[in-house]
Amino acid sequence: MKKKLIELRNICKSFDGEQILSNVDLYINDHEFVTLLGPSGCGKTTTLRIIGGFESPDVGDVYFGGERINDVPPYKRSVNTVFQKYALFPHLNVYDNIAFGLKLAKVNKDEIRARVSKMLELVNLRGFERRNVNLLSGGQQQRVAIARALINEPQVLLLDEPLGALDLKLRKDMQKELKSIQKRTGITFIYVTHDQEEALSMSDTVVVMADGKIQQIGTPVDIYNEPENAFVADFIGESNILDGTMLGDYSVKFAGHIFECLDKGFELNEAVDVVIRPEDVDIVPLDRCMLTGKVTSITFKGDYYEIITDVCGFKWMIETSDAVEDDAVVGLSIDPDAIHVMKKSEYSNMFGDYSTFSEEIEHLSDVTTEDVEE
Amino acid sequence: MTNTTKVPNVKRDNRSLLQKYAAAPHIAWSVLFVLVPLVFVAYYAFTDAEGGFTFANVAKFFTATNLTIFFRSLKLAVIATAICLLVGYPIAYAISRCKPKTQRAMILLLMVPMWMNFLIRTYAIMVLIQDTGIINTFLGNFGIEPFHMLGTEGAVVLGMVYDYLPYMILPIYSVMTKIDYRLVEAAGDLGCNSWGVMRKVIFPLSLSGVISGVTMVLVPSISTFYISQKLGGEDTLMIGDLIEQNYYSGDYNMAASLSLVLMFILLVGLAIANRFSDGDEGGGMVL
Repeated sequence: MKKKLIELRNICKSFDGEQILSNVDLYINDHEFVTLLGPSGCGKTTTLRIIGGFESPDVGDVYFGGERINDVPPYKRSVNTVFQKYALFPHLNVYDNIAFGLKLAKVNKDEIRARVSKMLELVNLRGFERRNVNLLSGGQQQRVAIARALINEPQVLLLDEPLGALDLKLRKDMQKELKSIQKRTGITFIYVTHDQEEALSMSDTVVVMADGKIQQIGTPVDIYNEPENAFVADFIGESNILDGTMLGDYSVKFAGHIFECLDKGFELNEAVDVVIRPEDVDIVPLDRCMLTGKVTSITFKGDYYEIITDVCGFKWMIETSDAVEDDAVVGLSIDPDAIHVMKKSEYSNMFGDYSTFSEEIEHLSDVTTEDVEE
Repeated sequence: MTNTTKVPNVKRDNRSLLQKYAAAPHIAWSVLFVLVPLVFVAYYAFTDAEGGFTFANVAKFFTATNLTIFFRSLKLAVIATAICLLVGYPIAYAISRCKPKTQRAMILLLMVPMWMNFLIRTYAIMVLIQDTGIINTFLGNFGIEPFHMLGTEGAVVLGMVYDYLPYMILPIYSVMTKIDYRLVEAAGDLGCNSWGVMRKVIFPLSLSGVISGVTMVLVPSISTFYISQKLGGEDTLMIGDLIEQNYYSGDYNMAASLSLVLMFILLVGLAIANRFSDGDEGGGMVL
């Protein structure tokens, strides 16, 4: 049985009349790597700031080790934060930035020196003590910020999109480094990101948030394979989400075809959302297929092709290593374990059709939402 | 221009006419009204009435009477600057923490008195604090004996503080608004209470504004003659008064030497002060 370290109960928070968090219930276990994942404006940063003590909830309670800490100011919480843009003190050098917390705690000088150099080693910045923090690269500043927080040996480390400003390669390296730091120190990490890949690869538990509500809590594998609703299915990875009808246990009808599946417990003829991951659709000869589709676009992705196929007016995304021709009619086959059936939700019919899909647009909109969050 | 020397033939000078000559009026102005007068001051300071070279004027700065006056000026100016800093710093901090709209209103309120003529403001203080002034008349209504304020060193300091306080607040305020609030949060996160945040983050980061403010109050305070003439008495004669007296009595050489030595002392002081804010980017407008 794992120990609950932090618990949020029925948290609500609004800014200027706009509801940012509504009825958030969440607990976080000791020594866990938890990621709050969601698009910008979903309330993940606000949740983190409530745990850190920088915001207080309008309604609801925050518990830390069983004690209510709503009114405890940040400096009295055994929580440290790695801020989005690092927030290093520009008037202090690397050493003094990292030693900041220990000096406040009146730790003796020799110990501070020893611990700072240990920390610098941990984050691969040995010998950087006297450097001016303003002249460090983004990745180096980032690591100073982590060291500055970790040196205080907090029970919980909060990380607010700490890798957001780094380029892809550095981000991958830092992901590994953070994960290994977490494992070595055993400190509970609460990590905020909008990058689903980052969330899946680092976390023990992922909390998917949207519109100020928690959509799903689970392990990365659960979240990916068994999404709770259309939002989660769409946000985590790529998915084709279709309207379906349950014809009974283990049988679902969608796209004009009856499929065998592994889901049960729905009512007879209940309307459901069906999720099929693009990599789970097989392209087969027409005489053995379940569905036929017409290829409308092919994108070469290196190790696979991304194909958009029109099946009776609904555009499917399929990832395959088979080369197909543009405009060709292909046969599709789906295994029972590749079909995931979900109850209808408020997010039904909002996602999962690739008819208007364009990577360029998705990329552009990503950039603008990030800017808004600044 | 260093660029053109590195690549002499490629881009010789493709700046527009405006770019080339934009600074020209300023340069002309500086030469005409700053540099040339300074040369004159220096010339007069090191010459006697007949135009012969001499150190006598400069040496006279260091006579006992003049030194007494100089140190009095320094004392009053330092006191006024210290009061401005003590009063102005919290005000600047408070304003910088307000909503942007409130900030603009507060700054406007701060500026309004500055739009009033400096002489009139000083006269207003005179009217307030003289023996038959508003304050004493008011106290008189309660049977309190009028107490003597005008003509004391305190009155001079009051005048300096009143006249120059905005020059302390504005630079500090402008530096403070640039402090990233996340640094305050970060300090709190690392264990600072609000006093610790002030001492370890806000004050060090606003130091360049403090130094600007101190300069902008200290320099005019130390060399003022008008405030000390209107609000001070015979025993509050300041270095500015001395320069003015020498000027009107026709001793340009002495007036020039007093000015020059004062300027030199101030420059040395400011250079030392600037050392403290070295490494800070922005904010400092001194030198």
